[in-house]
Amino acid sequence: MNILVCISNVPDTTSKINFTQDNTKFDPTGVQFVINPNDEFGLTRAMWFKEKQGATVHVATVGGPNVESTMRKALAIGADEGIRINAEPTDGYFVAQQLAEVIKNGGYDLIIAGRESIDYNGGMVPGIIAATLDINFVNTCIGLEIEGENVKAIREIDGGKETLETSLPLIIGGQKGLVEESDLRIPNMRGIMMARQKKLNVLEPVDSDHATTDKSFDKPAPKGPVKLVDAENVEELIDLLHNEAKVI
Amino acid sequence: MSILVYTEAESGKLKKNAFEAASYAYKVAGEMGTEVTAISFNVSDNSDLGKYGVSKVLKVEDEKLKTFHARAYASAIAEAVKKVGAQVVILSSSTDSKYLGGLLAGMLKAGYVPNAVAAPDSVQPMVVKRMAFSNKGFAHTEINTDIKIIGVSNNAFGIIENSTSLQEESFSPEAGEKDFATRSVEVDKVVGEVTIADADIVVSAGRGLKGPENWGMIEELAEVLGAATACSKPVSDMGWRSHGEHVGQTGKPVASNLYIAIGISGAIQHLAGVSASKVKVVINTDPEAPFFKAADYGIVGDAFEVVPKLIEKLKEFKAQNA
Repeated sequence: MNILVCISNVPDTTSKINFTQDNTKFDPTGVQFVINPNDEFGLTRAMWFKEKQGATVHVATVGGPNVESTMRKALAIGADEGIRINAEPTDGYFVAQQLAEVIKNGGYDLIIAGRESIDYNGGMVPGIIAATLDINFVNTCIGLEIEGENVKAIREIDGGKETLETSLPLIIGGQKGLVEESDLRIPNMRGIMMARQKKLNVLEPVDSDHATTDKSFDKPAPKGPVKLVDAENVEELIDLLHNEAKVI
Repeated sequence: MSILVYTEAESGKLKKNAFEAASYAYKVAGEMGTEVTAISFNVSDNSDLGKYGVSKVLKVEDEKLKTFHARAYASAIAEAVKKVGAQVVILSSSTDSKYLGGLLAGMLKAGYVPNAVAAPDSVQPMVVKRMAFSNKGFAHTEINTDIKIIGVSNNAFGIIENSTSLQEESFSPEAGEKDFATRSVEVDKVVGEVTIADADIVVSAGRGLKGPENWGMIEELAEVLGAATACSKPVSDMGWRSHGEHVGQTGKPVASNLYIAIGISGAIQHLAGVSASKVKVVINTDPEAPFFKAADYGIVGDAFEVVPKLIEKLKEFKAQNA
């Protein structure tokens, strides 16, 4: 089985977010970048398929040379080969077209993407790829088992979960649940050394439309101070929620 | 020319988010000088759509489409887009709608803006304010394509009454074999319980509760308020509560009217995930907990003393205001 894990290079979850150039660009100053958490759960599940079922695992991303350290981390975790499409990931539609081209040419059976990236939260890349290539798609995937061509997948739904049967080729939008937090791997020294020898191919982008353009950004308005209520006086809280906030 | 809204249903009944999506569609239609067409699947009574500005509903009644099926629903919606010549498609932000959003964007070669938090800044060009960086920021995003898809963030626009005369029309989409290549074999869902996605009120608890055996009072508080229960990331990582309850940046987003955080210190990832909630209450022993900076109301105190008292007083309040 040939697996492609699609990875997004995102600010670490603890990052404070700032914008620059008159609020038209994200400001990466002082920000640590990591593998998008939803993608990392998928990558870790891919490692399981590699170790238990002999799958090969490639990782792909769309980005400039600055994303290579994140790619090396994915290789150090155990992916066999990396592919970087040398373009700015400006919008979900564009990114999906680039990855679709790689998938079409690479003969992958299973494509693992994250449910969404935690930076722009578009959550559209796996769906657009599925529609573009006309392959099966399971989103918010929290469980995945494969026997030959047959797939059993579990997806999260509002208030529960749904078990689905489908077949390869398949793309999923993965998230926590594919593996547990405790299953995530920190690359060891051997992995890091081996990653340096692994192939990281750089491809030029194919022509594609930019379906959307982020024109500007802003941050939530600062909040007023909290209104404290005495622990002995919970009636006051109920009164405030009823009469002032009008939410109960 | 028209605006098409997918009005979601469950067990044959339209959901609350269908009315919010319809309200949003009506607003966009007004600015573009056109009308709203809805598409619904196996809904027994569509008449409520007329209250929220829908002029026409395409009713799909097909046994095969009785329960949600992403690919087949997306194909049907894409067909409806072509049929009515829709320029804009409005979705909600439920898990199912987000599943459809990407598929539709691919099928229609359309720009898709999910998590819209307000009516469009402008419709010509179409610029929409949306959540980004998991609620740590907002983007104003222009959609460049002829067909445009907007996903409305839960509770962001509201349900607004606009009485229209509703015309109903049967619609039989041509679902192909390929549309059913992914089959649902089992749905495991607690019936009758409020979900985090639909809840007006969410009661959430963290490590301060000390162990899963102490969640009884959280569930009771949620029951009194008609709220959904949620938890912080460490709580779901330790297996005290299911992943489905984890809210925050890597868990579910919360956009309720009221969010009550009990024994949750308020890590930046957690605060980001719940920041779309309108009113936030924190109960924590530590007055320095970061959540106090993000909350509207707070009680510094021990959850094991405060929560039972709150339950008791809320029951009295509910009895008086019933």
